[in-house]
Amino acid sequence: MMGMFEVRWHGRGGQGAWTASELLARAAVHEGKYIQSFPEFGPERMGAPVTAFTRISAKPIRLHCAVYEPNVVVVLDSTLMKTVQVAQGLARNGNLIINSKEAPLEVRKTLAYEGKVWTVPATEIAIKILGAPITSTAMLGAVARVTGVVSLESIKKAVEERFRRDVAEKNFAVIKEAYEEVRSE
Amino acid sequence: MSEKSWKEISIGAVCWKPSTALLTGDWRTYTPVRDPAKCTRCLLCAIYCPDGAIHWKPERNDIEFDYNYCKGCGICANECPTKAIEMKLL
Amino acid sequence: MKNVIKQKVVALNGNEAVAYAVKQSDVDVVAAYPITPQTIIVERFSEYVANGEVETAFVCTESEHSAMTACLTAALTGARTFTATASAGLALMHEMLFVTAGCRAPVVMAVANRALSAPLNIHGDQSDAMAQRDSGWIQLYVENAQEVYDTVIQAFKIAENPNVLLPAMVCFDGFIVSHSLENVNVLPDDAVKAFLGMRQFPTVLTHDGVKAPFRLDPEHPMTLGPAAFPNYYFEIKRQQVEALKNALSVIRQVHDEYAELSGRSYGNGLIEAYRLEDAEVATVCLGSTAGTTKIVVDELREEGVKAGLLRIRTFRPLPVDDIRRALQDVKAVAVLDKCISFGGFGGPVFHEVRHVLYDLDKRPVLVNYIYGLGGRDVPPWQIRQVYEDLKGILKEEKVKEPVNYLGLRE
Repeated sequence: MMGMFEVRWHGRGGQGAWTASELLARAAVHEGKYIQSFPEFGPERMGAPVTAFTRISAKPIRLHCAVYEPNVVVVLDSTLMKTVQVAQGLARNGNLIINSKEAPLEVRKTLAYEGKVWTVPATEIAIKILGAPITSTAMLGAVARVTGVVSLESIKKAVEERFRRDVAEKNFAVIKEAYEEVRSE
Repeated sequence: MSEKSWKEISIGAVCWKPSTALLTGDWRTYTPVRDPAKCTRCLLCAIYCPDGAIHWKPERNDIEFDYNYCKGCGICANECPTKAIEMKLL
Repeated sequence: MKNVIKQKVVALNGNEAVAYAVKQSDVDVVAAYPITPQTIIVERFSEYVANGEVETAFVCTESEHSAMTACLTAALTGARTFTATASAGLALMHEMLFVTAGCRAPVVMAVANRALSAPLNIHGDQSDAMAQRDSGWIQLYVENAQEVYDTVIQAFKIAENPNVLLPAMVCFDGFIVSHSLENVNVLPDDAVKAFLGMRQFPTVLTHDGVKAPFRLDPEHPMTLGPAAFPNYYFEIKRQQVEALKNALSVIRQVHDEYAELSGRSYGNGLIEAYRLEDAEVATVCLGSTAGTTKIVVDELREEGVKAGLLRIRTFRPLPVDDIRRALQDVKAVAVLDKCISFGGFGGPVFHEVRHVLYDLDKRPVLVNYIYGLGGRDVPPWQIRQVYEDLKGILKEEKVKEPVNYLGLRE
């Protein structure tokens, strides 16, 4: 891995954007990487737009500031795109991963972004397996597939550390399905 | 008595002598004097004394004023139910 | 280092790193009141208590004033004592901070630095701790979650040293460090326990006329926290000055000893000089900004600019000689303050650094930048601007404005 890899997560309070950013970071720790994971600092309120960040690097991370130019942006809730500039700072060679059952080409029409767009029906997968629209782990699976920054095996370890056994199993099923289903144009 | 330098005193302002080393009895103007005939040994005076300067002496079945520490405040005289204590300018 | 102990790498945020370090430090009493952005420390620690993972007496108080009072009195009985706070909580402790230092109670406190109201702000700056810099506490400002963990452990050993016996604050930037998950190497439990050992007590002359360990003990009654009149108060304050002076060497010594064990060091424990040896332009800062600045310094060095950084890790006691030696040959220095000293000539760190260099025959040009207030983000390009300004000062041989505001909308 070259240099610093940065992810910005957009969600709403309660959807697990911070959890997803942490799980990705923890998975990277299992691969001997250096990490940072932090929320956009402030009070968290259920339903309000929230942002979280993950940094992954082969070298110790000394930077202590917000992420301005992420390699990947993940949108946990596509309704956010009406109010939040999700592609801000995202490079043309980056990846924008959106929770949507629409095809990437359809979603692109609503965006001012020229780089690669991916979609994954995270809400549908989450409802089917978890019985609740908590999309954090589905989006994590999509990130793993799109970027290859961490292996599914490392994500499995991170999920098992974080959740009770039955919950971990279900979430890992969500991750695997999202990993398979995420698609680009 | 000469006062100590900062190098000589205990740290944290730990007291190297007790407060009883200061004989506060010499602050006194009026002195409590008791009439043993009126005194019922109820010990209210000993309880009320803010300086703990009235002691019960069981061997004598009597109280004793410790004039080393009695500041002469007069609370004992005020509280005494039989008015056995009188504050006197000695 | 050869004898570095094998350690586990875990992902912890700054607050969790504090709680983990306290858990391993065999602490007897924790008394605390929750406040953002410190709350996670107390939450995690109360979980350790509830799970029976520690033998600590955990006291939930009704305010920070009471929390510090409880810690003070617990520490005076000989207990290893810890608390955590931030912002308004630290401000509410103000009175008891002086009492704790004056009574020589070695309480250790984590401060997740946060702005003070008004306007209300929960985000990070160093106004809270800077407002307490003259309270007689040791103040250590750390850069990241790893250093938080390492320094909390060190703080117990520093504070409890019989030649020091002073309370110590471990300060780290609220949210930027407190809420950021980072890789943290943690020592085995028994290694921390062995490193700290039991509390040591100097002996004091008590009013029984005998010498006894300096702690409340029914076997050796002693009076602590008495009134001292004009004939003794001054002498007792002078003792505190001496204790802080002793702390300078103890902080270094504990830092070095810990470095041997863990393989991690932070400058000499007092200051961290980064690429300063031949630097012409340098910045001075405290806390997490130093990490971002190191990246900028590396970039500038690659471009041929002789840039450096001085991070002050120990702000109280101020390592005067170390700062002077580190900066004496630099041509232009910018001091970064995450705090305003209202009505003063620049921020508190600027006051100190400028003051320390005054006695030099040939001293650097010094400018001040107030920055990052109320959690305003500090990206690398902002810090780069400071170095550009310093280069400009050297070129024009003139300081336009000694006190500047970085990242402020004019």
